[in-house]
Amino acid sequence: MTKTEIPPGVDAGPSREPVTRRRLAGKPARATAGSGRLAALLVSPTLLVLSIVVIYPTLMALKESLYGPKGLDPATGFISDTEPFVALKNYADIFGAAGERFWNAFWNTTFFTVVTVGLETVIGVAMALIMHKAFRGRGFVRAGILIPWAVPTAISGLLWRWIFNSDGVANALIGHQILWTTEGFHAKVAVIVAEVWKTAPFIGLLVLAGLQVIPKEVYEAARLDGARPPRQFWHITLPLVKPALLVAVLFRCMDALRMFDLPYILVGAQKHSVETLSMLAQNEASNVRFGPASAYAVLLFLYVFLIALAFVRLLGADLVGEGAARRRKKAGRRRMEVTA
Amino acid sequence: MTTTKTSPTSRTTTRALRCSAALAAGGLLITACSSSAGTDSGQSGAPSFEGRGPITYVAGKDTTGSVQPMIDRWNKQHPKEKVTFIQLPTDPDAQRRQMIQNAETKSDAYTVLSLDVVWTSEFAAHQWIDRLPQERFPLSRMLKPVVETAKYRGGLYAVPGSSDGGMLYYRTDLLKKAGVSQPPVTWDELKAACAKVKRLPEAKDMSCYAGQFQKYEGLTVNFAEAVNSAGGTVTDAKGTPDVDTPEARKGLDFLVGSAKDGTIPAEGVTYQEEDGRQAFQSGKLVFLRNWPYMYGLAANSGIKGKYAVAPLPGLNGPGASSLGGHNMALSSFAKNKATALDFIKFFTSEENTATQLKKASAAPPYASQYDDKTLIAQYPYLPVLKESILRAVPRPRVVQYGDVTAAVQQHAYAALTGDKSSAQALKDLQAALRKSVAQ
Repeated sequence: MTKTEIPPGVDAGPSREPVTRRRLAGKPARATAGSGRLAALLVSPTLLVLSIVVIYPTLMALKESLYGPKGLDPATGFISDTEPFVALKNYADIFGAAGERFWNAFWNTTFFTVVTVGLETVIGVAMALIMHKAFRGRGFVRAGILIPWAVPTAISGLLWRWIFNSDGVANALIGHQILWTTEGFHAKVAVIVAEVWKTAPFIGLLVLAGLQVIPKEVYEAARLDGARPPRQFWHITLPLVKPALLVAVLFRCMDALRMFDLPYILVGAQKHSVETLSMLAQNEASNVRFGPASAYAVLLFLYVFLIALAFVRLLGADLVGEGAARRRKKAGRRRMEVTA
Repeated sequence: MTTTKTSPTSRTTTRALRCSAALAAGGLLITACSSSAGTDSGQSGAPSFEGRGPITYVAGKDTTGSVQPMIDRWNKQHPKEKVTFIQLPTDPDAQRRQMIQNAETKSDAYTVLSLDVVWTSEFAAHQWIDRLPQERFPLSRMLKPVVETAKYRGGLYAVPGSSDGGMLYYRTDLLKKAGVSQPPVTWDELKAACAKVKRLPEAKDMSCYAGQFQKYEGLTVNFAEAVNSAGGTVTDAKGTPDVDTPEARKGLDFLVGSAKDGTIPAEGVTYQEEDGRQAFQSGKLVFLRNWPYMYGLAANSGIKGKYAVAPLPGLNGPGASSLGGHNMALSSFAKNKATALDFIKFFTSEENTATQLKKASAAPPYASQYDDKTLIAQYPYLPVLKESILRAVPRPRVVQYGDVTAAVQQHAYAALTGDKSSAQALKDLQAALRKSVAQ
């Protein structure tokens, strides 16, 4: 009974096959060159916008990261006009003198990402299961769960700062005074609690969407076979919701790696216990050291990129939409056959 | 994705373009361009300020609504030289960032800048603001420490618009009941007075003293005050760090010792201005170091009529406050600098600073206003504030102020929370300051 093998692509809907076939059948092979040009033309505005808002700034940041901070001329007391070219020194520095702060921020970022995303996944899935259940007042529960996600991060940072105040709600509840916003592990805990509160609903939302496309019949069959709810969850719900869950977790990871405003507002700038890579880059930039700031930002960018790549490659997160990818592959094969 | 924080542009080209554009436009700006392009001799040749026409005034969000009426008045008198008020966010960091961004792109969008007093050196050293002709402003009538905050290496780079000094708020009712007739002048007196107050039944659960000890700019202010009040310095007049001294040690020891023996409450290390004010107003504190802004606010609380202010105490006598406030500076890349200079003069005139005192409770830079009987009747703290400002020491006047304040916060906070001894903290701080000043 647990061998309830779901035919691949159930989530993509049953209408996929005919559509593909129809399109492939109706498309004359000769039109490829012309439609290619048309496609290029149609896509070019998007590419143009992308290169202006993404590629150009990224390249500029890369270039900027090769320059050092401007020097002060002790004779005149003025800062020099130009930034010296230092090649890869900004990157090399993280293994030397300035490295301590970088690695602290790096580990904080990683720690926050692993812990918050882990907790969010568990809580988010639980939330989704609750929201999916049919019961009275489900609308209220759904709205209640989603509110934290709707609150802007800066605002929720302020909100939690009130809660974690020395005579705030958190201390009143545990009946013991912890100074959450000072340096130390408790500051990390405060950030994690606030972050999980805020973003678990996001995972809940995406998983809920995934849950809703699982056909009821599968559960009926499982029930007939005598599978109890925990088994149903592990062997039906989880595998079928996996594509949606992976995308949600990937998005959360990328977001958590760039975490900035929550620790900045909740605990404060310059706090080593909660300083993330984004905060470090911001701090360097605000001290007019754009070179090192860019270097840190580039490293963060690479880090995020690698994590995203790992998700897609190792875990098979489906970003483009599994159906679309498969369709493309099939279409390509077909075209090859035609041209051959 | 998040790699786009910086705004790198080829700076020299922009300048060349702007200058040639100005040339083509009729040459009004030639002098402005050439003077701000001169890299070395800001000390000798004062730039000439030419060009008249519309300008902008850039400051943080005006929460009191007192700025626009003053600008309106100016605009009425000078219809051809209108001033537009550009409001930046309330957060000082965000203000500074936007002003720096404007300067880095050499934009002429900002003309007159309202700078926090600690930014003067940085803006002057980067030549983002012009050196101003001292003789055109009534500096001699202003309080000397306030004028000092507007200077960099002896040159005037801004004109004081408002000032601010720390004061000691104390509970008059409790002190009187405990038989303490005078507010404390030294730290020992403060502790002694507090001990007497604590013997009163109603003061049993109170803490003695607090300031702003959270790890943020307020800690730098309070740390510098403690060090200066004990006769030490953070950086000397030239900006050279000199904080690893016995005097500075006594200052820091006062804070650390007070945190340890409970004179400062345990949660004191989380206090910013508002937290301290709440604690004082709800009767948790006997003494509080805070800015004058709280004087009026406390009058609307449960301690109405039960508090007063005194100068900050020190080691052997009255202490030295740090200075707050804002200075008006002229962006190097602006147009119509003649108008701008007149506007700065207008804006910092005695008449307008008096208005600012009344409407925004901003401390005026002029000495005479602290002796004005009608103003004192309205703001009883003025004489104390004057004393506080006269004895005040500006925070470190260094180009890399951001790094200096970060280092102070890091090491002072470690000492306050007991992670480090004060001796070790000062030693580390001295090393850190050396490094950032050398940059």
